[in-house]
Amino acid sequence: MKEKFENEMKLEFISKSSNEAFARITVAAFASQLDPTIEELADIKTAVSEAVTNCIIHGYENTTGIVKITGKLQGNKIILEISDNGKGIENVEVAKEPLYTTKPNLERSGMGFTIMESFMDKVEVESIVDIGTKVTLEKSIKKESLQLENKTEEISAI
Amino acid sequence: MRKLESKFLDEDKLLVLKIVDEIDEYTAQKIRREADYEIKRYMPRKVVFDFDSVTFMDSAGIGLVLGRYKFVNILGGKLEVANLTQGVKRIFEMSGLLRLIPVVEGEYLV
Repeated sequence: MKEKFENEMKLEFISKSSNEAFARITVAAFASQLDPTIEELADIKTAVSEAVTNCIIHGYENTTGIVKITGKLQGNKIILEISDNGKGIENVEVAKEPLYTTKPNLERSGMGFTIMESFMDKVEVESIVDIGTKVTLEKSIKKESLQLENKTEEISAI
Repeated sequence: MRKLESKFLDEDKLLVLKIVDEIDEYTAQKIRREADYEIKRYMPRKVVFDFDSVTFMDSAGIGLVLGRYKFVNILGGKLEVANLTQGVKRIFEMSGLLRLIPVVEGEYLV
C-alpha cells in the first residue's frame, strides 16, 4: 500500500542550468513549511543544487531532457527524489567518492555527493546505465529549533 | 547582467573581484568568463575574490576558485579569498581549498 504523507509536490523542468536557482528556491519554499532554521534551509538548497547539477551535466550531458523532483513532508522530515532519464552512473560507489569527477575539464570538483551527504541525513542513489538516475535525499528538521522559535514568538507576544 | 564588480589598484597591481550573485553551475560559467577577462586585461600581481555579497554557493564555487587559482599562478600572481560568508566557508572547508588559498578580511575591498 502506498504510504500517506502529510504533503507532497512534484516539479518538472527542462535540463537547463539556468533552472538550478528555480529548483532550489522552489524546494526551499516547500521545505519552509517545516519551520527550518536558515542554516537547515541552506543545507537543503545546497543539496538540491548539487543533485540537479548532476542531472543536467552528467545525466543529460547538457542535452535536453526532463529533471523531476518530488517532495514529501512527514512529521518533521522532508524526503526529496531528484531524477533524470539520462545516461546513468556505471559505478555509484566510485561516483560518490570525494573529488571523483568525470569532468575535470569543466572545473567540476567532484564534491557533489560529499556535500549532499554532509548536508542531509540520508542520501540514496539508484542508477541504471542508459535509463537514468534517482537520488533520494532525506532530512529531519530539528525539533529544538521549532520549540525555540515558538518560545520566542510567545515571548514577543507578551 | 554582470556577476562581478572589479577594482584594480595600479600601484599594488591588485585586482579585487567582488562576486555579486549566487554561485552555482550556471552563474559560475559567467563569473569564470568575466574573471578571466579581467585577469588577462590587468595581469595583476594579486587577485582577491570578495565573497561578501554571496548568499548561496554550491560546489561550482570550488571549481571556480581552484581554476582561477591555477590560472593566476601560471601568470606569476597570487590569489586570495576575502569576506567569506558562513555557507561559502563551509563548502570551501569541506573541499580542503583553504589549505591552499589564504583567507583575508579587509575593508579596502568594500
